[in-house]
Amino acid sequence: MSSHGIKDRVAIIGMGCTRFAEHWDKSAEDLMVDAVTQALDSAGVDRDAIDAYWLGTLSSGNSGMLLSKALKIDYKPITRVENFCASGSESFRNACYAVASGAYDMVMAVGVEKLKDSGYSGLTTGGAPDDGTSLSLTAPASFSMLVPAYAEKYGIARDEIKRAMTRVAYKNHYNGARNSLAQFQQEVPEEKISNATTVAGDLGVFDCSGVSDGSAAAIIVRAEDAHKYTDKPMYVKALSFAAGPGTGSYDPNYDYTTFEEVVQSSKDAYQQAGVDDPGNDLMMAEVHDCFTPTELVLMEDLGFSARGEVVADTLANKYALDGELPVNPDGGLKSFGHPIGASGLRMLYECWLQLRGEAPPERQIKQRGKQYGLTHNLGGRPGECVSFVSIVGAEKG
Amino acid sequence: MSDDPGVLAYASYLPHHRLHQASITGVLGGKPGKRARTVASYDEDTTTMAIEAARAALRANQGDPASLLFASSFPAYADKTNATTLHAALNLPRQVRASDQCGSVRSAVAALLGGFHQSGTTLVAMSDTRVGPAGSPDEIGSGDAAAAFVVGYGDPVATLVGTASATAEFLDRWRAPGDAWSASWEERFGEDVYLELATQTFEDACERASIGVGEIDSLAISGLSPRAAKRFTASLDLTDGVLADDLSAAIGYTGAAHAGVQLADALDRADPGDVIALVVLADGVDVLLLRATAALADRRQRESVAAQIAHTDDTLDYASFLTWKGLLQRPQPRRPNPERAVAPASYRGVGWKFGFVGSACEKCGTRHLPPQRVCLSCHAVDAMRDEPMADEPARIATYTIDHLAFSPAPPTVGVVLDFDSGGRFSCELTDCDPETVHVGQRVELTFRKISEASGIHNYFWKARPIHADTGGKEAQR
Repeated sequence: MSSHGIKDRVAIIGMGCTRFAEHWDKSAEDLMVDAVTQALDSAGVDRDAIDAYWLGTLSSGNSGMLLSKALKIDYKPITRVENFCASGSESFRNACYAVASGAYDMVMAVGVEKLKDSGYSGLTTGGAPDDGTSLSLTAPASFSMLVPAYAEKYGIARDEIKRAMTRVAYKNHYNGARNSLAQFQQEVPEEKISNATTVAGDLGVFDCSGVSDGSAAAIIVRAEDAHKYTDKPMYVKALSFAAGPGTGSYDPNYDYTTFEEVVQSSKDAYQQAGVDDPGNDLMMAEVHDCFTPTELVLMEDLGFSARGEVVADTLANKYALDGELPVNPDGGLKSFGHPIGASGLRMLYECWLQLRGEAPPERQIKQRGKQYGLTHNLGGRPGECVSFVSIVGAEKG
Repeated sequence: MSDDPGVLAYASYLPHHRLHQASITGVLGGKPGKRARTVASYDEDTTTMAIEAARAALRANQGDPASLLFASSFPAYADKTNATTLHAALNLPRQVRASDQCGSVRSAVAALLGGFHQSGTTLVAMSDTRVGPAGSPDEIGSGDAAAAFVVGYGDPVATLVGTASATAEFLDRWRAPGDAWSASWEERFGEDVYLELATQTFEDACERASIGVGEIDSLAISGLSPRAAKRFTASLDLTDGVLADDLSAAIGYTGAAHAGVQLADALDRADPGDVIALVVLADGVDVLLLRATAALADRRQRESVAAQIAHTDDTLDYASFLTWKGLLQRPQPRRPNPERAVAPASYRGVGWKFGFVGSACEKCGTRHLPPQRVCLSCHAVDAMRDEPMADEPARIATYTIDHLAFSPAPPTVGVVLDFDSGGRFSCELTDCDPETVHVGQRVELTFRKISEASGIHNYFWKARPIHADTGGKEAQR
């Protein structure tokens, strides 16, 4: 890849995040009002100061007018963004580049999703009208295909992989139990997780992320202006996005044990941010744990585990809240919930709390390395997906 | 080469599942019996089964037929040609005429007889799905099946040496459009009419062919009236072993397809030189006399009717049978109903959707399933050649059991396949036991109905385990 990056050119000065939950009593508009209002309060600015907006949502509305109508925003540019489950990150990426380009002084990235009005428990996005020849599997089924393939490639028993999957779910519920904004706020015993009803392949109910409603927002300014608004801004170190060629379902070389899109985007992000050793440089990571085997594969794709080692690393609690590299300290998609358009910004919200020392004491991570946080947002499915990686830091330089 | 028309190639198709009489009596009561019937799966219909038989027949045939006839008493579409779907799935050239001869059981033998005398060869595919009221003799006594024959002039496996027909207007069995099953008059009425017609017609056929009853090696009687068939048989003075099993105890009476399945079974068993007689009792009587040729020894269908009967899945329960036949309403999964297949998109991709024709890059050789314009490997644009892949074996690279997907027969088994000759394809696995699916399992393709929406049947290809591998289990590591 050949992106130059905009390290330390922009910073976040305020963020808002609703609770993620089955908000039967709130519409997408209500959720956006809550998140945007909270972000404005957080930054201590009036909404007139916002020059432009980017709104990420998968299926909760069309056009930026979804946001302008809700907030009664007068004639500001608002761009609706969709990029599968990475829509929130995509809105953030566009907002950052807008400020870095010099076009705007202050912008807002917003993500929202209102899934629970659909009447279905899982995602139901309809594609464009087609000839009906595509294999129609649910998302858990698509991601569950990682497990037999990984077992085959690395010679690890599926039971062992299942134990690691269970540990991921246990960890993320443990973390979510310490997060008042999370959809699921209880710890869950491992035996309950592993014995849960099967939904697809080796995935049980607890291997899947929560279907949720929620919204999140971030306000971005030029880095040199950040201290006008807050004494603890969060600096953007890297923004990388990779859309795959989508050939996985018909490429014999794809072995269902990796996401090449993640490998490419994380490599680019590390280069932009000057991260040589993610395991040591990063203080924490928020990754797209839509399903437990996804988080396992991501540890290898992001370079946190060597190939074939993630099962052992996970069972050794390397990624626990008090482990070498805490992953998903806020509970992740698993426990916090996954309102598609909001999740990417929710990940940044956890970085916003952790890197600035404002997370609740029971969840606060000790500062380490470069005090960098990584967010990873994935959309699509194995063999055809998009991957976003950002790196943010508490200090400039 | 023969101067008389004949059967140039043939094949039959019996679906994977069986319903046993004991499964019905276990629920409804009554005397347990030993009969069984074939059951088209939830993803099969008369079109898909006809294609399975036809593609097998064409494999044994050289060249394309000049025309294609499809016959069924239970066609998938009432007001769209069903044969065009066969035409597309078989990748036949456009100039091959495809038409339906659907509506009554007699349509099938009429199509077969008509095919013998066309200019150019004719592929005749006959297929049926039949059912009766719960607990009735028609329920267990019916069956689902298909058969296909390439007939005409050429190098036959069996020569047509005589025919005769008789037609009469009488009400024996009927079904109103939209009804799920047919009704019948008092059987003894039809029995008497058929006996008279059969006796005369059989004599006529033998006389025209100069063949005495004693020269017939195999006599198959197919009929809507089993009692008539029995009485007619008794009226002949047949040598032991000449009367063929009518197969109905094992597969049920398969309606429009049954005569074809019986003929295929007779061809499976015949020796060169044998005379086969086929008598079809259906709103009249048709008799065909054929003589097996030396070519038959090398061109029997790959899997005989007997082998297909022996290879069966007996696990089907009565409730699933009723559900698949649309006779038992059960709750749908909480997932959106399937979208209808889009007509322009299906037409654009007709080679892929129906014919399973992928593409291979002319520059680097990479195979693409579905076909692409841009190569995934070397990125060349519009440098592809067609690659028909429907007959290629494959193995499972990875898979899942999806308990959440919309399916009339959950769970859905999703597989990612690698073809032996190259190429990657993802689809659903059918006719399988989810408990025994495994990486490395060998599979083949089968044409199925993926979904129905707004009265549109969405057809495409699935995989099914290759028979030899079905019983095998690789140890889970």
